[in-house]
Amino acid sequence: MSVTISPKRVRGDFVRHVRDISGENINLCYQCGLCSGNCPSVCKMDVSPRRIIELARLGLQEEIAESQTVWVCASCLACAVNCPRGFDLSRVMEAIRLLTLRKNLDRVRPEDVSQQERCDLPQIAMVSGFRKFTG
Amino acid sequence: MSLAYYPGCTLKTKARNLEEPAVASLQALGLELEEMSRWNCCGAAYSLADDDLIHQVAPVRNLVRVQELGKNRLVTLCAVCLNTLKRANLVMRDDGEKRNAVNSFMNEEPDYGGEVEVVHLLEVLRDDIGWQTLAERIKRPLRDMRLAPYYGCTLLRPRDVAIDSEQSPTILRKFIEALGAIPVDFPEFARCCGSYQVMSDPDGISEYARVILSSASSHGAEALVLTCPLCDYDLGRGQSELLKSDKDFRSMPLFYFTQLMALALGLGPEICHFELNHGDPESLLREKKLLS
Repeated sequence: MSVTISPKRVRGDFVRHVRDISGENINLCYQCGLCSGNCPSVCKMDVSPRRIIELARLGLQEEIAESQTVWVCASCLACAVNCPRGFDLSRVMEAIRLLTLRKNLDRVRPEDVSQQERCDLPQIAMVSGFRKFTG
Repeated sequence: MSLAYYPGCTLKTKARNLEEPAVASLQALGLELEEMSRWNCCGAAYSLADDDLIHQVAPVRNLVRVQELGKNRLVTLCAVCLNTLKRANLVMRDDGEKRNAVNSFMNEEPDYGGEVEVVHLLEVLRDDIGWQTLAERIKRPLRDMRLAPYYGCTLLRPRDVAIDSEQSPTILRKFIEALGAIPVDFPEFARCCGSYQVMSDPDGISEYARVILSSASSHGAEALVLTCPLCDYDLGRGQSELLKSDKDFRSMPLFYFTQLMALALGLGPEICHFELNHGDPESLLREKKLLS
């Protein structure tokens, strides 16, 4: 993937929003990759967790939007507890999800959940799923 | 002695096999779980956004209800409820600005400052009853059962709400030993089951189950011990899919820790509601002569 980096994007709204919503200092990351190494969902991701941090701090919003990674993250915090810099990547994933969901762009539409699934799924799955996939 | 108890939504429906054996077991051990007279959903997924205080209101209201009962300790059985309530509690205790905002929003409620201690039933067994006492009360030891302790995510992460060491927890191992069974350690004890991803990618959930269950099986476990209804659903569903698609996959029973405790304490199997478990948990119990 080739990307164009510019001071304008690095200092742009996207980086500021991610920082403000996550409460995390994304510049702490030194790209060691322990987050990707410990992630149980990494094999389902098209862009690794380590790379998401790099794209986020460079303000590369479009490249992140093209990836499925933040929607595959299960917020299990395996990245957070193994980060040598004390950085919580799960909060950055949440911030990026929210930047989409807050535009009323739901990832899972409640009306698309079949009657069968509604009967089968426990409340804990539906409540947490709708919390993470709807705005 | 009675303990304020928060059940959460799923324990009243799909996970009665987690709740009912717990209540009966605690009674047998001389403790009463006193269900809160009013409670609401905890929100099920703790909000990871710094600017999202509205999702702290639901768990905090439950903690206010605990104080109204004159209690300062709350027991949960569901690992996800524990995590959500405990993390919201820390926000109210440690972050003055957020505490003021939430209290101001809930202006009809008394101010709350994080005074309630939120604990999991396993901590009550470890700290209030003790493994030795539990072992002495066992009437039907789970002899020869090789059980793998599976913690999942929310009992151990993040560290500030963990009930045990994140890297090398022993609480479930000691619980299994107290019941007279053989604990089987395996490296995937805290690997995520896929959690809420079952909502967006139901077919993908079986890959999480494959890694966890194959690892437990290859280390010699006959069954997995669980604490969370979402882990139970994801692993159970994943296992069912794998049995259809992979002829080499070996399934194993999934038990809630409370079911095994009730059985070992000599309570009737009907209280365990094995009919709500995925697959066939009773064959293994009959094989071990724990069920007739």
